[in-house]
Order: sequence, then C-alpha cells, then structure tokens
Amino acid sequence: MATDFTPLVANGAQLKAALRKNKAKQKRKAFLLVAPLLAFILVGFCLPILDMLSRSAENQLIVKNLPRTISALGEWQASSDNLPGEKAFIAIAEDLQIAQKLSRATQLGQRINYELSGTASLFRKSGRKIENLIPLAKESSYKETLLNFDQKWGEVELWRVIKRLSKPIIPDYYLAALDLKRDMQSNSIDLLPSDERIYLGLFARTILISLSITLMTLLLGFPIALLIARLPARQGNLLLVLVLLPFWTSLLVRTTSWIVLLQQQGVVNDILVAVGLIGDDARLRMIYNTTGTVIAMTHILLPFMVLPLYSVMKTISPSYLRAAISLGAHPISAFWKVYFPNTIPGIGAGAIMVFVLAIGYYITPELVGGRTGVFISNRIAYHISSSLNWGLAAALGAALLVLVVTIYWLYDKIVGIDNIKLG
Amino acid sequence: MAFFPPHLTLVERSWYIAFRIICACVLFFLIFPIFVIVPLSFNALPYFTFTPEMLAFKAVGYSTQWYKEFFTDPNWQGAVKNSVIIALASTSIAVGLGTLAALGLSRKDMPARSLIMGLLISPMIVPLIISAIGMFFFYSRLGMQGTHIAVILAHAALGTPFVVITVTATLVGFDLTMLRAAASLGANPTIAFFRITLPIILPGVISGGLFAFITSFDEVVVVLFVGSFKQRTIPWKMFSGIREHISPTILAVATCLIIVSIALLVSLEILRRRGEKLRGVKHS
Repeated sequence: MATDFTPLVANGAQLKAALRKNKAKQKRKAFLLVAPLLAFILVGFCLPILDMLSRSAENQLIVKNLPRTISALGEWQASSDNLPGEKAFIAIAEDLQIAQKLSRATQLGQRINYELSGTASLFRKSGRKIENLIPLAKESSYKETLLNFDQKWGEVELWRVIKRLSKPIIPDYYLAALDLKRDMQSNSIDLLPSDERIYLGLFARTILISLSITLMTLLLGFPIALLIARLPARQGNLLLVLVLLPFWTSLLVRTTSWIVLLQQQGVVNDILVAVGLIGDDARLRMIYNTTGTVIAMTHILLPFMVLPLYSVMKTISPSYLRAAISLGAHPISAFWKVYFPNTIPGIGAGAIMVFVLAIGYYITPELVGGRTGVFISNRIAYHISSSLNWGLAAALGAALLVLVVTIYWLYDKIVGIDNIKLG
Repeated sequence: MAFFPPHLTLVERSWYIAFRIICACVLFFLIFPIFVIVPLSFNALPYFTFTPEMLAFKAVGYSTQWYKEFFTDPNWQGAVKNSVIIALASTSIAVGLGTLAALGLSRKDMPARSLIMGLLISPMIVPLIISAIGMFFFYSRLGMQGTHIAVILAHAALGTPFVVITVTATLVGFDLTMLRAAASLGANPTIAFFRITLPIILPGVISGGLFAFITSFDEVVVVLFVGSFKQRTIPWKMFSGIREHISPTILAVATCLIIVSIALLVSLEILRRRGEKLRGVKHS
C-alpha cells in the first residue's frame, strides 16, 4: 500500500536487505492498525475470562486468613482419627481473633461451609465470642475451652477440611463441579452417591436438550432452506426476509411471545379449548418445563440453521438433480444420493452453530424453563447471585467453556471458522 | 393446477404440494409468534390472551393504555435512555476499533493473522454467561461494577467481532491499485483513506455497526451482572418484568422493538444492495 521510496541499490545483497526492511515496516504498520483492538480485547475480554478461570482454583481466603492454623496442622495426619493437638487450637483461636477484627470470620466460615455444612454458624459464633474465650483458654487449655464452647470443634472432619484447604491452589471446585468428592481418610477421589449428584446430570441434560433443539431446527430448517434456495431470486429473497426478521427481533420479544402463546391461560390453550380438542380443565402444560425450553429455543435458533443451509444449497446446481433423473434415477433416490450429500457442509455448520449457542443459553431457559428446563448456565448464574459460591460458579463456567471450545475446535477442523456467515 | 409442467406424475404433484405446505407451516411457526404480540398489546384488559371483545372487533376490547404507560413511566423511559446511550457509545467504540483492525487484518503483511483473528472474534464464541461473569469479577475488582462505563466497555467488546467480520468481508475484493493511483496523484494516506477506502467499505462498516448496535441494544446477560438498576436497559426491564410480574406493558414495548427490528432489517438490506453495486462498479 505504502509506496516508500527505496534507494537504488548496487548489488543483490543490498537489495535483499532493503526489501527485508521494507517488509518489516509493512508488518509493523499492519500490526499497529490491529493493536488498539487487540489490546482492548485482551484487557477487556480475555483478562476477565482468565480472572474467572483463576477463581475456580484459588484459595487465597483460607491461606491468607488462617496462616497459623495451616502451619500448626503441618504435622497432623489427615488420615488419623485423632484430633490435632493443643498447638492447632491455639493457632485457630489466634487466627479467628484476627479474622474477627477484620470482620472476616463469617466469610471464612461460609467458605468452609461449602465443604462441611454447619461451619458457617460455628465460625460466626466462635468469632463473636473469641475475645472472651482466649483469657479463659490461657488459664486452662485452648482445646478444652473451644470444645466446651462448641463441640463441633471436636469433629475430625472439620480439621480434615481445613487441612485440605491449606494450599493456595486447590482442585476442589472442579471436583464439586463434576460431582466428585475427595475422601480425606483414604485420599481417593470418588463419585458422589447418586442422590447427591447435581452437576453431571445437569451437564447431561443441557447437552441432551441442546441436541434435541439442534435436531428440531434441522428438521424444520431443511425444507425452508431448500425452498428458498430453489425459488427464483425475487421470491427467494422475500422468504429469506421472513427468516431474517425473527433473527433481528429482540430475544426477549420472542421469549415473551412464547410465554403468551404457551402458558395455561395462553393463546394456544385457548384455541385448543375453543376447538374442543381439550377440556377447559385439562389445559396443557407447555411452558415452565423442558417442552417450553425446547419450543422457544427451536424458534429462536432456527435462523442460525436456515442461513448456513441456504448459503450451501444456493451453490448446488439444480442440473445435478436433473442429470441424475435423466439417467434414470427415481426422484427420491436422486435427491438422497445426489443432492443431499452436497448439503452436508451446511448441515454441519448449522448444527454446530445451533448446538454451541444452545448449550450456553441463559435467558430463555431462565424465563420459560421452570424447574426441569434449565441449563448449566442457569446454575452458574445462581451460584453468582444467590448462593455466592463464586469459586464453584467459575469452575462450572470453565467446564462449560472447555466444552464449547472443544466443539468450536471441531467446527474449525471440519468447516473452518472463517465460514461463519452473518445474515 | 395449471402451473405444473405436464410431464409430472400425480405422486410428484402431490409431493410438491405437501412440500409447500410443510414450508408454509414452518414459516408460520417462525413469524406468527412475533406478530401475535402486536394485537395483544392493544388489549383493554391486563390479560395475555384474546378477550371475546377483541375477537368481536369491538372498540371496548382495545386500548392504548399500555403504550401510554410505556411512554410516560419514568422507569421505562430511563430504560430507553440507558439502552440508547449504552448502545450508541459501545457501537462507536466497536466500529472505530473494529474498522482499524479489519484494515490491518486485510493487509497481506499482517503477522500471526489467524491467531489474532481467533482472539478478536472470541467474544462471539464464548457463551454469554461466561463472558458476563468474567466481566462481573473483573469490573468488581476495579470497583466499576454498576457504572455505565463498565457496561459500555463490556458491550463494545461483544460487538467488535461483528465489525471485524463484516469490514474484512468488504475488503476481500479491494483493489489496492486504487490506493496507489491516489498516492501517485498526490493524495496522502489519510486523504486516500477517506476518499477511496472509506466509501467502498462503508456498507460493511455500517452493517457491522448495526450488528454491534443490536448486540448491545438486545443484550441482557452482561447488563444483569455488570450493571445495576441505574444501568437498566429495555431488555433488563423486560427480563425482570417477565420474571416477577408480567404486565401487558411488556407487550407494548415488544411491539415497539419489533418495529425497530424491521427498520434495522430494511436498512441492512438496502446497504447490502448498495454494497454489491459499489463493488460491482469496481469490477467493470
């Protein structure tokens, strides 16, 4: 682009050097144009994601606030059934005293409570009384005083948990996100008993619902993509606008529409009752469950299936089909053996697009999913805003991210990421 | 059926008709849910279904009270204002940075192109909930959670991939000799950019900008986490409205949003045609 003046050179070596210099300059110029956005995305997007990922394994709260306890527990074996010695009780009392002054005792208790319920109240209670307990303890023993104050201090499991949390980086959130539990006595990692498992089932359900949504969009999208691709350009464009309109309509508008249509006092039920297909007392439950999520999300994601399918189908020449039929193929087998295989790149692109979008969806399942139609994203949001277990939310988010990135990686291998089409 | 070619068999004709009917049903499924909202937003009663009065087309069944509420309630008007401010500001950032980057990415000397392209479009790939909580942690650490600036920057990051993709696409067939011609006629690079490059990539810039605008205007997950009530946007209000107590005002708002999306769709279509024409001129 830039036509910088290159001085006349006498020999080949100089020419090469001058060319290389010019090339380097062009590279720098190109990079400088990209640099502002690259910096913005790295700081404003990639850094936040990394920050989130780091939270899924960090354990600064415990390490920073219970330093004495952690070092006192150094020699104690987590596999033993005996309580740690007096040293550990002195340490926890001192740590609690300081934490209470910084008003962190409750927070600490809540953190340990994720691993062992009942700890939140224990820390809150003990923290409040620690100033009165320490003088008492100095006269007798810390261990006895604390045990007398609350016998939960005598639970070996509590000390095992503290010992386990004594490292700055811990895998525990990931274990929890995958329904695994580390057994401190045998130091093995096991699956939780089936009635306590939450997340594996939720991941499976998210994947299963996303797959059915993908299949639905394919079944509905294939015929209209075919129709639009084979109609003359003018009519085809008109129908394409009908596909693009939902694509451009606010997500919340479309979700609202489905609530209006599908709820028990909604339009669809009213019509069914008016026609007499169902009784007024037997109105169908089509929303606030899995059905609602599947219907609404199929509608929302359908354009993402139709558009790539259409753009692939448009490039398939109709003469292939005519040739096959003129050579004696039955129209159905001509379609199946000649036309359909050509549409597979479009099916792949559309399916992966819909599947990846579905698997990370939050808004629609939250509004129409009820209890059974929610996704892993809804659980992540719950841990961020209600249970405040941010580490677990981050670990679940990381697992979801790995899933999505793996699918995109496959997409890139099969179709190429550059083939993403917009409208 | 006069328009069938005479050689078609009965089976082929009925298959053809069946296919058309299936397509009509799918298109109905696509469009009907969007437009069913429009008449319901004029409901005189706070119901979400057609009342007998409405079905009989009696005037008593209809009213514009929900529109009146939308246009007078300061709560909703604040949301409209926030939506517009946030969308315009984030779109300007996205368009500025995205266009520059696309110009760089389209140069043949761009180093590490595919890696950088991958990073730049990552906001489009990462599920929104993950971007939202990442940004929630990030802006909380900076003490910016619940500020307009945080929401604007977050939306700008989400909008840039669209600008990069659309502008890069318009630059694919860009003829570099035109810039050389401009330079040989004495134009400096800035003048050459504004007189030659910009008019040609303008359709791409504007459609990328529209994508970025609608991304921000329609976005709710990031606003929920990074923003607070002060940053409430229209989708934010709709989301909390649907979750707590769904009032027909939401239907009136939805109808207005449908009009906005039709306007956007039409302008994009015009831009697309204009872009094709402009690039067509170049080929001849």
